[in-house]
This record gives sequence, C-alpha cells and structure tokens, in this order.
Amino acid sequence: MSAHAHAANENHGHGAHGDVKSYLIGFFLSVVLTALPFGLVMTGSLEHDMIVPVCFAFAAVQIVVHLVYFLHMNTKSSRTWNGAAFLFTLVILLILLVGTLWVMHNMNLNMMVMPGMSPS
Amino acid sequence: MTVQSPVLGDHLHAADHEHHHDFAGTTTLGFWIYLMSDCVLFAALFCAFAVLRGATAGGPAAKDLFDLSYVAVETTFLLVSSFTYGMAMISAEKKRQSATLVWLGLTLLMGLGFMGMELHEFGELIEKGAGPDRSAFLSSFFTLVGTHGLHVTAGMIWMVTLIVHVLRGGLNEKNITRLTCLSLFWHFLDIVWIGVFTTVYLLGVA
Repeated sequence: MSAHAHAANENHGHGAHGDVKSYLIGFFLSVVLTALPFGLVMTGSLEHDMIVPVCFAFAAVQIVVHLVYFLHMNTKSSRTWNGAAFLFTLVILLILLVGTLWVMHNMNLNMMVMPGMSPS
Repeated sequence: MTVQSPVLGDHLHAADHEHHHDFAGTTTLGFWIYLMSDCVLFAALFCAFAVLRGATAGGPAAKDLFDLSYVAVETTFLLVSSFTYGMAMISAEKKRQSATLVWLGLTLLMGLGFMGMELHEFGELIEKGAGPDRSAFLSSFFTLVGTHGLHVTAGMIWMVTLIVHVLRGGLNEKNITRLTCLSLFWHFLDIVWIGVFTTVYLLGVA
C-alpha cells in the first residue's frame, strides 16, 4: 500500500495543483501576453494586416500558458483520458471553426451585393 | 483504494493528497469531459460572432462601441482571480482552511468586479441603443459575452456554496474534489476570455 502511494506521489511530481512558483510564472507570463497585444492595438503601432495574425499568435501562446501553468496539463500517464478528451475536442473545434469560416466566406463571396442592389 | 480503514488511513493520506482515489479521479475526469463539451458550445458562439461581426445593419460597429482600456481592467480582474484561485487550491492541499477561505473570498471579489464591469458595459450599450436587438453583430456579441458572463456568475454561486461547505465540513476529501472541479471551471473561463478579448475587443477595435 505504501509503495503504491509512494509511486503515485512520484507520478504526480509537484502534486496535482502545482506550487506557488508555477502559478507565479503562469501569472507573470499571462500578464505580459495580455498587456502586449492590448498595448500594440491601443497605440496603433501595428500595421493593419499584421493585427490579426499577431493578436491570434499572442492568444494562442497565452492559452497554452494557461493550460500548462493553471490547468496543469502535461504528458504524464495518469492524465491519459483527460488528454484524449482534450485532443478530441481540439479536432472538433478545428472542424467547427475552420469549416464555418471557410463555408461562410465562400457564401459571402458568391452572394456579393451587386451594384444597384439595395442593401437590406 | 476505495475502502478507507483506519489502519490504511495514514498510507492513503499521501495518495489522498494527490487525488489518486477513484472517486476523485472519475469525478474530475467527468467534469473535464463536461468542460470539453462547454468548449464546443463556446466555439459555436465564436463561429457565429466571427461570421456576423460585420453585419451591423447600419448600426454601430465594434470600433464605435468598445473601450480597450475598460476591457483591459476587466481582463485584469479575471487574470488575478485565476491566480488567487490557484493559491486557494494550494492552501487547500496543505489543509490550511483559513488561508483557503481567504483566497476563495479574494477570488470571489475579483469575479464580482469582473461581472460588475461587464453588466455596466451591457447597460451602457443598451442605453445607447446598441442592445442585442440592434443588429446581428450585437446579437452575437451579447450572446457570446453574455454566455461567458453567465458561466462566471454560475462559478461565483458555486464558489459561495463551496465556502459554506468548507466552513461546515472542513477540507475533507469530498470538498477538495469539489474545489478541484471548480478550479478547472474557473481557469477554463479565463481561457475562454482570452478568446473573447482577442476576437471581440482587440480585433473589433483594431
């Protein structure tokens, strides 16, 4: 029993909820990753066609930071099912987001308002 | 592992600490799967917003309505609340009940600050005639941000409930599992908010 408990301990490393240090690192990183895009957009220092990719890049990195430092997602074996559910969800999200935007973009192109047509 | 006898109690304690019980494990996994389904819900709302963001029907667009410095303060409330909730979880694992309660209280205050600001923003928009009935853009905006706000509100009600649970039952195994589920929920809402402030506010105003 105690050997089992010990193994469980080692398996989880710092414990299921991390430690103060990892929360501080996560908090610091997320403040920086929030402040930078806000600053860039508010000061208008980004070129117009760079705004979308830069903002999405910051958001993507910040989401990963939150997953790792706040939700403690990692590759440890005890979390296999959590990870599987997460990966499955990611696939669904990608299909949903990319599919919707693609289809709706095509539709908008093909239903472009013609000159002389009154916008409803 | 599911039977807790006094003899095994000490050895179990270490495992207890790490949530290695079947009860805690299946409960948090089940809750995680619920969160994943919630992800899909939010993704659908994000899709609707992305498609409709330009459909202003001659009404105000994001540029005319949103103030980024206001949103930055809202975001700060939510970020700090994620950190304070993390501290509450660490205190709970160390069985420090009063510290846990103080951190939970702080998290609740941050949540209240966030919701107060959001409701104030909604009120101002509606007063300006930019309510959800004005255009498809505003309908999708209110649906997406409002759904997130409802989740945060539910999280706060849950947090009050857990504060009462901890006051009455202490930091026992069940309460720690409950706190763990709420921590997943709370951090998840913070992640959804990253998507909201990026797609709705930053890209809307830019």
